[in-house]
Amino acid sequence: MRKVNRRTKVVILTVFMMVILIAIYAFGMLIPDDAAGSFLHAKQPPSLAHPFGTDALGRDLLLRTFKGMSVSMTVGTAASAISAVFAVFVGVAAAAGSKRVDAFINWVIDIVMGVPHTILVILISFAMGRGLKGLLVGIAATHWCSLARLIRGEVLQLRSMQYVAVSRKLGKSGRWILAHHLLPHLGPQFFVGLVLMFPHAILHEASVSFLGFGLPPEQPAIGMILSESMRYIGAGMWWPAVLPGLTLVLIVLLIDKLGDNLRMVMDPYSAQE
Amino acid sequence: MALEAKNVFFRYGRKQPWILEDCTLKIDKGERLAVSAPSGYGKTTLALLLAGYLKPAKGEILLDDKPLPTKGICPVQLIFQHPEKAINPRWRLRRVLEESGKLREDMLDAFGIERAWLDRFPRELSGGELQRFCVARALMSGADYLICDEISTMLDVITQAQIWNVVLAEAEKHNMGIIAVTHNQHLAARIAARTIDLSENFK
Repeated sequence: MRKVNRRTKVVILTVFMMVILIAIYAFGMLIPDDAAGSFLHAKQPPSLAHPFGTDALGRDLLLRTFKGMSVSMTVGTAASAISAVFAVFVGVAAAAGSKRVDAFINWVIDIVMGVPHTILVILISFAMGRGLKGLLVGIAATHWCSLARLIRGEVLQLRSMQYVAVSRKLGKSGRWILAHHLLPHLGPQFFVGLVLMFPHAILHEASVSFLGFGLPPEQPAIGMILSESMRYIGAGMWWPAVLPGLTLVLIVLLIDKLGDNLRMVMDPYSAQE
Repeated sequence: MALEAKNVFFRYGRKQPWILEDCTLKIDKGERLAVSAPSGYGKTTLALLLAGYLKPAKGEILLDDKPLPTKGICPVQLIFQHPEKAINPRWRLRRVLEESGKLREDMLDAFGIERAWLDRFPRELSGGELQRFCVARALMSGADYLICDEISTMLDVITQAQIWNVVLAEAEKHNMGIIAVTHNQHLAARIAARTIDLSENFK
């Protein structure tokens, strides 16, 4: 029998997860925005024709959930990408700049981390006029802190390496060292940080939309579906709340696991496990 | 033309004891000096100070009566004891050598560096092989002074002899000054015209 080692297994699993996520995203994108339902089919419990049931307007909840997921994933990807790039800038600036810059950045990080994320996202999103833009800025502005700290530590450690000191003595400028010695080392940290930030971003998007400060009601985001479902749950309609909610949890768990696997593969300290 | 340490004091942190106290030494261009002492007497610290990696707390390091230049390729190059720390683990070795300028084929031959090694990563070579790269990198930078901090301690005697022969020949050719930090009395006597013992002179 052919033996598959653990590393190969993890890589295969990771690729498989990515394919699932991309498939969900593509499926959601293909669904037209106005998949109108008919009142004839309103409020139907899950059946073969409508696996997730239908909502009060007769729209198929399965389609709406996946459409919502793909909207959430767009928001999540964009927000965590902006956030991660910002984190790298800030982290490198803190570690490579003067002591005063470092102290200032640490102070800002402490402040942003000290305020509960959800409240901050609501405030920023509301101030920016809600909608996709406000939500994106709100999420991006609150999620960079921990990655920035991680990168700051990494750069500080790298800068104390002998080969960086040697490079300086060989006449290389600070900028050259940053581009050739430091930044390539940060690649895995950046990438894993980005993927692990993604589920947070999606959950925040959903919760803020649920509370009514995020996406507009006509957009089929997961948060909107859950928010609408609350109106009917008293009437015994459990499926609009439970099934999309479960899907959200499953997908978030999947992405989280994907991030962990990526870390196992890319992080030099656990790559040999 | 000389590299000198003038009344140098150094300690790691304000509450630490002095590692070096009133340390003075001078080496002319083309001279070869060995520094020896038991562990913990500041050999490596002295090497770091002379090459400008550390700043003395009091006193000064002078190159031709001027402080060491802080920009450009430093004319005083230090070779470390552990080559695996002095090489970026993510770089192929060709890049490591090219960091100090253009590859010199004669240098590769002199050190017995096989061409296939150039396209490998540092972790694929042994310590002795890596140390040849570190020495070659320092020599190719065109330094006037070479400080060798126990560069051959972890090598077998044949490799030690090979590396030192190349270093000494190169030093002869370009009239370089050499400071060899070593525990090995015989090696010190073989390569250097004069030896100073940190435990006697400065404590």
